[in-house]
Amino acid sequence: MEAVRFENVKFLYREDGDYAVNGVTLTVGEGEFVAVLGRNGSCKSTLAKLINALLVPSEGKVTVFGMDTSDEKKTFEIRKNAGMVFQNPDNQTVASIVEDDIAFGPENIGVPREEIGRRIDFALDAVGMQAFRHMTPSRLSGGQKQRIAIAGVLAVLPKIMILDESTAMLDPKGRREVMDVIKKLNKERGMTVILITHFMEEALEADRAVVMHRGEVVMDASPEEIFSRAEELEAYNLTLPRAAYISKKLAEGGMPVKGAFNAEALAEEICASLQKA
Amino acid sequence: MLNDVTFGQYYPTRSFVHNMDPRAKIVFMIAYIVAIFVADNFLALAAVTLFLIVAVLFSRVPFGRVLRSVKMILFLILFTAVLNLFFYSSGGEEHMIWQWKFLSLSWESVVNMIFLALRLFLLVMGTSVLTLTTTPVALTDGIESLLTPLKWIRVPVHELALIMSIALRFIPTLMDETNRIVAAQKARGADFESGGLIKRAKAVVPILIPLLVSAFRRAEDLGDAMDARCYSGAKGRTKYKKLVFTWRDLLGLLLLGALIAGVVLFNIYFGGKFGIIDYFMQ
Repeated sequence: MEAVRFENVKFLYREDGDYAVNGVTLTVGEGEFVAVLGRNGSCKSTLAKLINALLVPSEGKVTVFGMDTSDEKKTFEIRKNAGMVFQNPDNQTVASIVEDDIAFGPENIGVPREEIGRRIDFALDAVGMQAFRHMTPSRLSGGQKQRIAIAGVLAVLPKIMILDESTAMLDPKGRREVMDVIKKLNKERGMTVILITHFMEEALEADRAVVMHRGEVVMDASPEEIFSRAEELEAYNLTLPRAAYISKKLAEGGMPVKGAFNAEALAEEICASLQKA
Repeated sequence: MLNDVTFGQYYPTRSFVHNMDPRAKIVFMIAYIVAIFVADNFLALAAVTLFLIVAVLFSRVPFGRVLRSVKMILFLILFTAVLNLFFYSSGGEEHMIWQWKFLSLSWESVVNMIFLALRLFLLVMGTSVLTLTTTPVALTDGIESLLTPLKWIRVPVHELALIMSIALRFIPTLMDETNRIVAAQKARGADFESGGLIKRAKAVVPILIPLLVSAFRRAEDLGDAMDARCYSGAKGRTKYKKLVFTWRDLLGLLLLGALIAGVVLFNIYFGGKFGIIDYFMQ
Protein backbone atom coordinates (compact mmCIF):
# COMPACT_ATOMS: atom_id res chain seq x y z
CA MET A 1 0.00 0.00 0.00
CA GLU A 2 1.24 3.47 -0.67
CA ALA A 3 1.93 5.61 2.37
CA VAL A 4 2.41 9.02 0.76
CA ARG A 5 1.38 10.27 -2.65
CA PHE A 6 2.15 13.64 -4.24
CA GLU A 7 0.06 14.47 -7.30
CA ASN A 8 1.49 17.31 -9.36
CA VAL A 9 2.01 19.35 -6.20
CA LYS A 10 2.88 23.02 -6.40
CA PHE A 11 3.51 25.28 -3.47
CA LEU A 12 3.99 29.03 -3.11
CA TYR A 13 5.21 30.72 0.04
CA ARG A 14 3.99 34.10 -1.21
CA GLU A 15 1.32 34.95 -3.75
CA ASP A 16 3.76 36.87 -5.96
CA GLY A 17 6.74 34.57 -5.43
CA ASP A 18 8.10 31.67 -7.44
CA TYR A 19 6.92 28.15 -6.88
CA ALA A 20 8.91 26.66 -4.01
CA VAL A 21 7.68 23.24 -4.99
CA ASN A 22 6.97 23.06 -8.67
CA GLY A 23 4.92 20.12 -9.87
CA VAL A 24 6.12 17.20 -7.78
CA THR A 25 4.63 13.78 -8.42
CA LEU A 26 5.92 11.08 -6.11
CA THR A 27 4.72 8.03 -4.24
CA VAL A 28 6.27 6.38 -1.22
CA GLY A 29 5.26 2.82 -0.45
CA GLU A 30 4.57 1.52 3.03
CA GLY A 31 7.75 0.27 4.71
CA GLU A 32 10.00 2.02 2.23
CA PHE A 33 13.12 3.96 3.25
CA VAL A 34 13.44 6.99 0.98
CA ALA A 35 16.19 9.58 1.14
CA VAL A 36 15.43 13.01 -0.28
CA LEU A 37 18.58 14.80 -1.43
CA GLY A 38 19.16 18.29 -2.64
CA ARG A 39 21.37 21.28 -2.06
CA ASN A 40 20.31 24.16 0.20
CA GLY A 41 17.29 25.94 -1.17
CA SER A 42 16.06 23.00 -3.20
CA CYS A 43 12.95 23.07 -0.99
CA LYS A 44 13.32 19.56 0.30
CA SER A 45 12.15 20.72 3.76
CA THR A 46 9.08 22.25 2.19
CA LEU A 47 8.37 18.86 0.69
CA ALA A 48 8.58 17.31 4.16
CA LYS A 49 6.20 19.84 5.69
CA LEU A 50 3.68 19.22 2.93
CA ILE A 51 3.38 15.59 4.02
CA ASN A 52 2.07 16.15 7.55
CA ALA A 53 -0.08 19.17 6.71
CA LEU A 54 2.18 21.75 8.31
CA LEU A 55 1.91 23.22 4.82
CA VAL A 56 -0.91 22.66 2.37
CA PRO A 57 -0.25 22.58 -1.39
CA SER A 58 -1.25 25.60 -3.45
CA GLU A 59 -2.06 23.28 -6.34
CA GLY A 60 -2.26 19.53 -6.67
CA LYS A 61 -2.87 17.05 -3.89
CA VAL A 62 -0.90 15.30 -1.16
CA THR A 63 -2.41 12.19 0.41
CA VAL A 64 -1.21 10.16 3.38
CA PHE A 65 -2.76 6.68 3.46
CA GLY A 66 -5.43 8.07 1.19
CA MET A 67 -6.21 11.06 3.42
CA ASP A 68 -6.02 14.44 1.70
CA THR A 69 -3.82 16.89 3.65
CA SER A 70 -5.95 19.84 2.59
CA ASP A 71 -8.92 18.37 4.44
CA GLU A 72 -8.75 20.01 7.85
CA LYS A 73 -10.83 17.30 9.48
CA LYS A 74 -8.09 14.80 8.61
CA THR A 75 -5.14 16.90 9.82
CA PHE A 76 -5.07 15.28 13.24
CA GLU A 77 -5.27 11.75 11.83
CA ILE A 78 -2.53 12.52 9.29
CA ARG A 79 -0.18 13.82 11.96
CA LYS A 80 -0.86 10.76 14.08
CA ASN A 81 0.28 8.62 11.15
CA ALA A 82 3.16 10.74 9.93
CA GLY A 83 5.54 11.78 12.70
CA MET A 84 8.23 14.33 12.06
CA VAL A 85 11.65 14.97 13.59
CA PHE A 86 13.15 18.39 12.95
CA GLN A 87 16.63 19.75 12.46
CA ASN A 88 17.46 21.51 15.71
CA PRO A 89 17.26 19.13 18.67
CA ASP A 90 16.90 22.07 21.09
CA ASN A 91 13.78 23.45 19.45
CA GLN A 92 11.52 20.43 19.59
CA THR A 93 11.41 19.40 23.21
CA VAL A 94 8.60 20.92 25.22
CA ALA A 95 9.37 19.56 28.68
CA SER A 96 12.33 19.68 31.02
CA ILE A 97 12.32 15.95 31.77
CA VAL A 98 12.78 13.27 29.12
CA GLU A 99 9.73 11.18 30.03
CA ASP A 100 7.46 14.23 30.21
CA ASP A 101 8.59 15.28 26.78
CA ILE A 102 7.92 11.86 25.31
CA ALA A 103 4.50 11.89 26.98
CA PHE A 104 3.58 15.13 25.18
CA GLY A 105 2.49 13.47 21.92
CA PRO A 106 0.39 10.67 23.48
CA GLU A 107 -1.18 13.22 25.85
CA ASN A 108 -2.21 15.32 22.86
CA ILE A 109 -4.04 12.46 21.20
CA GLY A 110 -5.78 11.49 24.45
CA VAL A 111 -4.05 8.21 25.26
CA PRO A 112 -5.00 6.90 28.73
CA ARG A 113 -2.41 7.35 31.48
CA GLU A 114 -1.29 3.72 31.94
CA GLU A 115 -0.90 3.29 28.19
CA ILE A 116 1.29 6.43 28.03
CA GLY A 117 3.63 4.80 30.55
CA ARG A 118 3.92 1.71 28.33
CA ARG A 119 4.52 3.84 25.26
CA ILE A 120 7.32 5.76 26.96
CA ASP A 121 8.95 2.42 27.79
CA PHE A 122 8.56 1.23 24.22
CA ALA A 123 9.84 4.47 22.67
CA LEU A 124 12.87 4.74 24.97
CA ASP A 125 13.70 1.09 24.28
CA ALA A 126 13.49 1.62 20.54
CA VAL A 127 16.03 4.45 20.65
CA GLY A 128 18.14 2.83 23.40
CA MET A 129 17.69 5.64 25.91
CA GLN A 130 15.99 3.85 28.85
CA ALA A 131 18.68 5.04 31.27
CA PHE A 132 17.89 8.69 30.54
CA ARG A 133 14.19 8.59 31.41
CA HIS A 134 14.39 11.02 34.31
CA MET A 135 17.13 13.27 32.97
CA THR A 136 16.99 16.78 31.59
CA PRO A 137 17.26 16.97 27.80
CA SER A 138 19.41 20.12 27.98
CA ARG A 139 22.17 18.09 29.64
CA LEU A 140 22.31 15.47 26.87
CA SER A 141 24.50 15.40 23.76
CA GLY A 142 23.08 16.39 20.37
CA GLY A 143 22.71 12.79 19.23
CA GLN A 144 20.98 11.83 22.47
CA LYS A 145 18.63 14.81 22.25
CA GLN A 146 17.72 13.84 18.72
CA ARG A 147 17.07 10.24 19.79
CA ILE A 148 14.75 11.62 22.48
CA ALA A 149 12.98 13.64 19.79
CA ILE A 150 12.57 10.43 17.77
CA ALA A 151 11.22 8.67 20.85
CA GLY A 152 8.75 11.53 21.32
CA VAL A 153 7.48 10.95 17.80
CA LEU A 154 7.47 7.14 18.19
CA ALA A 155 5.25 7.34 21.27
CA VAL A 156 2.42 8.53 19.03
CA LEU A 157 2.90 5.22 17.10
CA PRO A 158 3.13 6.71 13.61
CA LYS A 159 3.48 4.54 10.51
CA ILE A 160 5.65 7.10 8.74
CA MET A 161 8.68 8.86 10.17
CA ILE A 162 9.83 12.02 8.42
CA LEU A 163 13.29 13.28 9.34
CA ASP A 164 13.83 16.84 8.19
CA GLU A 165 17.64 17.23 8.18
CA SER A 166 17.61 15.71 11.64
CA THR A 167 21.28 14.83 11.51
CA ALA A 168 22.50 18.15 10.09
CA MET A 169 23.44 19.68 13.43
CA LEU A 170 25.03 16.59 14.94
CA ASP A 171 28.63 15.48 15.20
CA PRO A 172 29.64 12.26 13.34
CA LYS A 173 28.98 10.11 16.43
CA GLY A 174 25.54 11.59 17.00
CA ARG A 175 24.77 11.17 13.32
CA ARG A 176 25.72 7.50 13.48
CA GLU A 177 23.52 6.96 16.56
CA VAL A 178 20.51 8.53 14.88
CA MET A 179 21.04 6.66 11.60
CA ASP A 180 21.30 3.34 13.46
CA VAL A 181 18.02 4.00 15.23
CA ILE A 182 16.28 4.95 11.99
CA LYS A 183 17.55 1.90 10.14
CA LYS A 184 16.47 -0.36 12.96
CA LEU A 185 12.99 1.13 12.97
CA ASN A 186 12.74 0.60 9.23
CA LYS A 187 14.07 -2.97 9.19
CA GLU A 188 12.54 -4.35 12.39
CA ARG A 189 9.26 -2.48 12.63
CA GLY A 190 8.55 -1.82 9.00
CA MET A 191 8.42 1.91 9.61
CA THR A 192 8.16 4.00 6.46
CA VAL A 193 11.07 6.44 6.60
CA ILE A 194 11.45 9.65 4.63
CA LEU A 195 14.90 11.04 5.32
CA ILE A 196 15.62 14.57 4.15
CA THR A 197 19.36 15.08 4.13
CA HIS A 198 22.31 16.63 2.42
CA PHE A 199 24.74 13.92 3.55
CA MET A 200 25.24 11.62 0.60
CA GLU A 201 26.56 8.83 2.84
CA GLU A 202 23.20 8.69 4.60
CA ALA A 203 21.36 8.27 1.34
CA LEU A 204 23.32 5.05 0.76
CA GLU A 205 21.48 3.45 3.64
CA ALA A 206 18.09 4.08 2.04
CA ASP A 207 16.21 1.82 -0.42
CA ARG A 208 15.61 4.70 -2.74
CA ALA A 209 16.91 8.21 -3.28
CA VAL A 210 15.05 11.19 -4.66
CA VAL A 211 16.98 14.25 -5.80
CA MET A 212 15.28 17.64 -5.60
CA HIS A 213 16.44 20.64 -7.59
CA ARG A 214 14.68 24.02 -7.58
CA GLY A 215 11.46 22.54 -6.29
CA GLU A 216 11.34 19.67 -8.74
CA VAL A 217 12.13 15.99 -8.49
CA VAL A 218 14.95 15.47 -10.97
CA MET A 219 16.17 11.98 -10.08
CA ASP A 220 14.37 9.08 -8.46
CA ALA A 221 16.13 5.72 -8.30
CA SER A 222 18.15 3.43 -6.06
CA PRO A 223 21.05 5.24 -4.32
CA GLU A 224 23.55 3.08 -6.24
CA GLU A 225 22.08 4.11 -9.56
CA ILE A 226 21.94 7.77 -8.59
CA PHE A 227 25.57 7.81 -7.49
CA SER A 228 26.66 6.15 -10.70
CA ARG A 229 25.32 9.19 -12.58
CA ALA A 230 28.02 11.52 -11.26
CA GLU A 231 27.87 14.15 -14.02
CA GLU A 232 24.13 14.56 -13.57
CA LEU A 233 24.55 14.94 -9.82
CA GLU A 234 27.20 17.57 -10.33
CA ALA A 235 24.76 19.61 -12.37
CA TYR A 236 22.50 19.72 -9.30
CA ASN A 237 25.40 20.83 -7.09
CA LEU A 238 25.59 17.52 -5.28
CA THR A 239 28.74 15.53 -4.60
CA LEU A 240 29.33 11.80 -4.51
CA PRO A 241 29.79 9.90 -1.26
CA ARG A 242 33.50 9.91 -0.47
CA ALA A 243 34.10 6.25 -1.34
CA ALA A 244 32.26 6.64 -4.63
CA TYR A 245 34.29 9.74 -5.42
CA ILE A 246 37.57 7.93 -4.77
CA SER A 247 36.57 4.91 -6.86
CA LYS A 248 35.54 7.19 -9.70
CA LYS A 249 38.88 9.01 -9.58
CA LEU A 250 40.76 5.69 -9.43
CA ALA A 251 38.87 4.43 -12.46
CA GLU A 252 39.63 7.64 -14.31
CA GLY A 253 43.28 7.19 -13.43
CA GLY A 254 43.27 3.76 -15.04
CA MET A 255 42.77 1.43 -12.08
CA PRO A 256 40.17 -1.19 -12.99
CA VAL A 257 37.77 -0.60 -10.04
CA LYS A 258 34.03 -0.80 -10.50
CA GLY A 259 31.86 1.81 -8.81
CA ALA A 260 31.98 1.25 -5.06
CA PHE A 261 29.92 3.36 -2.67
CA ASN A 262 31.18 2.54 0.77
CA ALA A 263 34.58 2.00 2.31
CA GLU A 264 34.32 -1.83 2.48
CA ALA A 265 33.27 -2.23 -1.13
CA LEU A 266 35.98 0.17 -2.23
CA ALA A 267 38.63 -1.72 -0.27
CA GLU A 268 37.53 -5.00 -1.87
CA GLU A 269 37.58 -3.48 -5.33
CA ILE A 270 41.06 -2.12 -4.80
CA CYS A 271 42.32 -5.48 -3.47
CA ALA A 272 40.75 -7.33 -6.39
CA SER A 273 42.29 -4.99 -8.92
CA LEU A 274 45.69 -5.24 -7.25
CA GLN A 275 45.56 -9.05 -7.36
CA LYS A 276 44.70 -8.92 -11.02
CA ALA A 277 47.65 -6.67 -11.72
CA MET B 1 28.80 34.29 34.73
CA LEU B 2 25.35 33.09 33.80
CA ASN B 3 25.62 29.57 35.08
CA ASP B 4 25.04 30.39 38.72
CA VAL B 5 21.33 30.83 38.43
CA THR B 6 19.81 28.38 40.86
CA PHE B 7 16.26 29.49 40.22
CA GLY B 8 14.21 26.89 38.44
CA GLN B 9 17.05 24.41 38.73
CA TYR B 10 15.84 21.10 39.95
CA TYR B 11 18.09 19.17 42.35
CA PRO B 12 17.06 15.51 42.15
CA THR B 13 17.37 13.47 45.34
CA ARG B 14 14.03 11.61 45.45
CA SER B 15 13.55 12.71 49.03
CA PHE B 16 10.45 13.06 51.18
CA VAL B 17 9.97 16.66 50.07
CA HIS B 18 10.56 15.80 46.41
CA ASN B 19 7.81 13.22 46.53
CA MET B 20 5.21 15.55 47.98
CA ASP B 21 2.29 16.67 45.86
CA PRO B 22 3.30 19.90 44.07
CA ARG B 23 -0.10 21.37 44.89
CA ALA B 24 0.56 20.78 48.57
CA LYS B 25 4.00 22.33 48.20
CA ILE B 26 2.61 25.42 46.52
CA VAL B 27 0.02 25.84 49.25
CA PHE B 28 2.77 25.39 51.86
CA MET B 29 4.83 27.99 50.11
CA ILE B 30 2.04 30.53 50.15
CA ALA B 31 1.34 29.78 53.83
CA TYR B 32 5.07 29.96 54.60
CA ILE B 33 5.30 33.40 52.97
CA VAL B 34 2.25 34.54 54.92
CA ALA B 35 3.88 33.22 58.10
CA ILE B 36 7.05 35.22 57.34
CA PHE B 37 5.08 38.42 57.02
CA VAL B 38 2.75 37.75 59.93
CA ALA B 39 5.69 37.01 62.23
CA ASP B 40 6.22 40.14 64.27
CA ASN B 41 9.06 39.23 66.61
CA PHE B 42 12.31 37.32 66.50
CA LEU B 43 10.94 34.23 68.20
CA ALA B 44 8.27 33.91 65.54
CA LEU B 45 10.92 34.30 62.84
CA ALA B 46 12.99 31.68 64.62
CA ALA B 47 10.02 29.33 64.37
CA VAL B 48 9.86 29.99 60.61
CA THR B 49 13.62 29.39 60.35
CA LEU B 50 13.24 26.10 62.20
CA PHE B 51 10.52 25.09 59.76
CA LEU B 52 12.81 25.98 56.86
CA ILE B 53 15.69 23.97 58.31
CA VAL B 54 13.44 20.96 58.78
CA ALA B 55 12.24 21.31 55.20
CA VAL B 56 15.80 21.51 53.84
CA LEU B 57 16.90 18.53 55.95
CA PHE B 58 14.00 16.44 54.68
CA SER B 59 14.70 17.49 51.10
CA ARG B 60 18.31 16.24 51.36
CA VAL B 61 19.43 19.19 49.24
CA PRO B 62 22.78 20.44 50.56
CA PHE B 63 22.46 23.70 52.53
CA GLY B 64 25.16 25.27 50.38
CA ARG B 65 23.03 24.71 47.32
CA VAL B 66 20.04 26.43 48.92
CA LEU B 67 22.24 29.30 50.10
CA ARG B 68 23.48 29.83 46.57
CA SER B 69 20.06 31.11 45.58
CA VAL B 70 20.44 33.91 48.13
CA LYS B 71 23.70 34.98 46.58
CA MET B 72 21.80 36.20 43.54
CA ILE B 73 19.79 38.73 45.47
CA LEU B 74 22.34 39.46 48.19
CA PHE B 75 22.83 42.90 46.75
CA LEU B 76 19.10 43.56 46.84
CA ILE B 77 18.93 42.49 50.47
CA LEU B 78 21.91 44.67 51.44
CA PHE B 79 20.55 47.62 49.49
CA THR B 80 17.10 47.54 51.12
CA ALA B 81 18.70 46.90 54.47
CA VAL B 82 20.96 49.96 54.22
CA LEU B 83 18.13 52.16 52.98
CA ASN B 84 15.99 51.00 55.83
CA LEU B 85 18.75 51.59 58.31
CA PHE B 86 18.88 55.31 57.57
CA PHE B 87 15.40 56.15 56.42
CA TYR B 88 13.37 54.26 58.94
CA SER B 89 11.86 56.64 61.45
CA SER B 90 10.18 55.08 64.43
CA GLY B 91 9.30 58.39 66.08
CA GLY B 92 10.80 57.30 69.38
CA GLU B 93 13.60 59.60 70.54
CA GLU B 94 14.86 57.55 73.44
CA HIS B 95 16.93 55.04 71.48
CA MET B 96 18.40 57.48 68.97
CA ILE B 97 22.07 56.85 68.14
CA TRP B 98 22.79 59.46 65.50
CA GLN B 99 20.86 62.04 63.49
CA TRP B 100 21.62 64.36 60.59
CA LYS B 101 18.91 66.24 58.72
CA PHE B 102 16.53 63.57 57.35
CA LEU B 103 18.92 60.73 58.06
CA SER B 104 18.63 59.09 61.41
CA LEU B 105 19.94 56.01 63.08
CA SER B 106 18.24 54.50 66.06
CA TRP B 107 18.20 51.14 67.72
CA GLU B 108 14.73 50.73 66.25
CA SER B 109 16.04 51.14 62.74
CA VAL B 110 18.86 48.65 63.42
CA VAL B 111 16.37 46.09 64.67
CA ASN B 112 14.08 46.86 61.77
CA MET B 113 16.91 46.38 59.29
CA ILE B 114 17.93 43.03 60.72
CA PHE B 115 14.32 41.94 60.78
CA LEU B 116 13.77 42.93 57.18
CA ALA B 117 16.96 41.27 55.97
CA LEU B 118 15.99 38.08 57.80
CA ARG B 119 12.56 38.14 56.22
CA LEU B 120 13.94 38.52 52.71
CA PHE B 121 16.51 35.86 53.39
CA LEU B 122 13.89 33.37 54.61
CA LEU B 123 11.65 34.27 51.69
CA VAL B 124 14.24 33.48 49.05
CA MET B 125 15.52 30.38 50.84
CA GLY B 126 11.99 29.01 51.18
CA THR B 127 11.00 29.61 47.58
CA SER B 128 14.21 28.05 46.33
CA VAL B 129 13.50 24.95 48.41
CA LEU B 130 10.31 24.71 46.38
CA THR B 131 12.08 25.10 43.03
CA LEU B 132 14.95 22.81 44.02
CA THR B 133 12.64 19.98 45.01
CA THR B 134 9.94 20.34 42.39
CA THR B 135 10.46 19.93 38.66
CA PRO B 136 9.18 22.86 36.65
CA VAL B 137 6.76 20.46 35.04
CA ALA B 138 5.37 19.32 38.39
CA LEU B 139 5.20 22.94 39.46
CA THR B 140 3.17 24.02 36.47
CA ASP B 141 1.00 20.91 36.81
CA GLY B 142 0.38 21.94 40.40
CA ILE B 143 -0.44 25.50 39.46
CA GLU B 144 -2.68 24.31 36.66
CA SER B 145 -4.53 22.01 39.03
CA LEU B 146 -4.89 24.69 41.71
CA LEU B 147 -6.19 27.19 39.15
CA THR B 148 -8.68 24.75 37.61
CA PRO B 149 -11.68 26.59 39.11
CA LEU B 150 -10.73 29.58 36.93
CA LYS B 151 -11.59 27.51 33.84
CA TRP B 152 -15.22 28.17 34.70
CA ILE B 153 -14.72 31.85 34.02
CA ARG B 154 -12.94 30.99 30.76
CA VAL B 155 -9.37 31.61 31.89
CA PRO B 156 -7.14 29.48 29.60
CA VAL B 157 -5.47 27.73 32.52
CA HIS B 158 -3.96 24.89 30.50
CA GLU B 159 -2.45 27.25 27.92
CA LEU B 160 -0.99 29.48 30.62
CA ALA B 161 0.55 26.48 32.38
CA LEU B 162 2.03 25.25 29.10
CA ILE B 163 3.47 28.70 28.32
CA MET B 164 5.10 28.69 31.72
CA SER B 165 6.60 25.24 31.47
CA ILE B 166 7.97 25.98 28.00
CA ALA B 167 9.47 29.24 29.24
CA LEU B 168 11.16 27.32 32.05
CA ARG B 169 12.34 24.66 29.66
CA PHE B 170 14.00 27.27 27.42
CA ILE B 171 15.89 29.05 30.20
CA PRO B 172 19.00 26.82 29.98
CA THR B 173 18.88 26.84 26.17
CA LEU B 174 18.72 30.62 25.99
CA MET B 175 21.42 30.90 28.67
CA ASP B 176 23.76 28.84 26.51
CA GLU B 177 22.81 30.95 23.53
CA THR B 178 23.54 34.16 25.44
CA ASN B 179 26.97 32.87 26.40
CA ARG B 180 27.63 32.00 22.78
CA ILE B 181 26.54 35.44 21.55
CA VAL B 182 28.64 37.17 24.22
CA ALA B 183 31.66 35.14 23.11
CA ALA B 184 30.96 35.90 19.45
CA GLN B 185 30.64 39.63 20.08
CA LYS B 186 33.78 39.65 22.21
CA ALA B 187 35.60 37.92 19.39
CA ARG B 188 34.60 40.86 17.19
CA GLY B 189 36.02 43.27 19.70
CA ALA B 190 32.93 44.17 21.69
CA ASP B 191 33.75 45.49 25.14
CA PHE B 192 31.40 44.65 27.97
CA GLU B 193 33.64 45.34 30.91
CA SER B 194 34.77 48.93 30.72
CA GLY B 195 33.01 52.27 30.64
CA GLY B 196 30.26 53.87 32.62
CA LEU B 197 26.78 52.59 33.27
CA ILE B 198 25.33 54.00 30.05
CA LYS B 199 28.13 52.65 27.90
CA ARG B 200 27.73 49.24 29.44
CA ALA B 201 23.97 49.29 29.01
CA LYS B 202 24.48 50.15 25.35
CA ALA B 203 26.93 47.27 25.02
CA VAL B 204 24.11 44.88 25.93
CA VAL B 205 22.13 45.76 22.81
CA PRO B 206 24.29 43.66 20.45
CA ILE B 207 23.61 40.71 22.76
CA LEU B 208 19.89 41.23 23.14
CA ILE B 209 19.02 41.67 19.47
CA PRO B 210 20.53 38.39 18.21
CA LEU B 211 19.08 36.67 21.25
CA LEU B 212 15.62 38.00 20.48
CA VAL B 213 15.86 37.06 16.81
CA SER B 214 16.95 33.55 17.67
CA ALA B 215 14.23 33.22 20.31
CA PHE B 216 11.62 34.00 17.66
CA ARG B 217 13.15 31.48 15.29
CA ARG B 218 13.13 28.88 18.02
CA ALA B 219 9.52 29.69 18.84
CA GLU B 220 8.54 29.12 15.23
CA ASP B 221 10.36 25.78 15.14
CA LEU B 222 8.81 24.72 18.41
CA GLY B 223 5.35 25.64 17.12
CA ASP B 224 5.88 23.38 14.11
CA ALA B 225 7.23 20.59 16.30
CA MET B 226 4.22 20.84 18.61
CA ASP B 227 1.82 20.83 15.67
CA ALA B 228 3.60 17.81 14.25
CA ARG B 229 3.09 16.03 17.55
CA CYS B 230 -0.65 16.55 17.32
CA TYR B 231 -0.97 19.43 19.77
CA SER B 232 -4.39 21.03 19.50
CA GLY B 233 -5.04 22.72 22.81
CA ALA B 234 -6.45 21.43 26.07
CA LYS B 235 -9.45 19.69 24.51
CA GLY B 236 -9.28 15.91 24.49
CA ARG B 237 -5.89 15.89 26.15
CA THR B 238 -4.90 13.39 28.81
CA LYS B 239 -2.26 13.76 31.48
CA TYR B 240 0.54 11.30 32.08
CA LYS B 241 1.48 12.56 35.51
CA LYS B 242 -1.41 12.46 37.91
CA LEU B 243 -1.12 14.41 41.12
CA VAL B 244 -1.90 12.41 44.24
CA PHE B 245 -2.29 13.70 47.75
CA THR B 246 -0.55 11.26 50.14
CA TRP B 247 0.32 10.86 53.81
CA ARG B 248 3.43 12.96 53.20
CA ASP B 249 1.30 15.90 52.27
CA LEU B 250 -0.91 15.36 55.30
CA LEU B 251 2.15 15.32 57.54
CA GLY B 252 3.44 18.47 55.90
CA LEU B 253 0.07 20.07 56.38
CA LEU B 254 0.18 19.25 60.10
CA LEU B 255 3.68 20.72 60.41
CA LEU B 256 2.49 23.80 58.62
CA GLY B 257 -0.48 24.15 60.98
CA ALA B 258 1.96 23.95 63.87
CA LEU B 259 4.11 26.67 62.28
CA ILE B 260 1.21 29.08 61.77
CA ALA B 261 -0.08 28.42 65.29
CA GLY B 262 3.44 28.93 66.67
CA VAL B 263 3.92 32.21 64.83
CA VAL B 264 0.55 33.54 65.95
CA LEU B 265 1.15 32.47 69.55
CA PHE B 266 4.61 34.02 69.65
CA ASN B 267 3.14 37.20 68.21
CA ILE B 268 0.51 37.33 70.91
CA TYR B 269 2.69 36.42 73.89
CA PHE B 270 5.95 38.18 73.07
CA GLY B 271 4.79 41.41 71.46
CA GLY B 272 6.46 43.26 68.60
CA LYS B 273 10.00 43.04 67.31
CA PHE B 274 11.17 46.10 69.27
CA GLY B 275 10.62 44.33 72.57
CA ILE B 276 14.15 43.04 72.16
CA ILE B 277 15.56 46.57 72.62
CA ASP B 278 13.96 47.02 76.01
CA TYR B 279 15.13 43.54 76.91
CA PHE B 280 18.76 44.44 76.26
CA MET B 281 18.55 48.01 77.56
CA GLN B 282 17.35 46.99 80.98
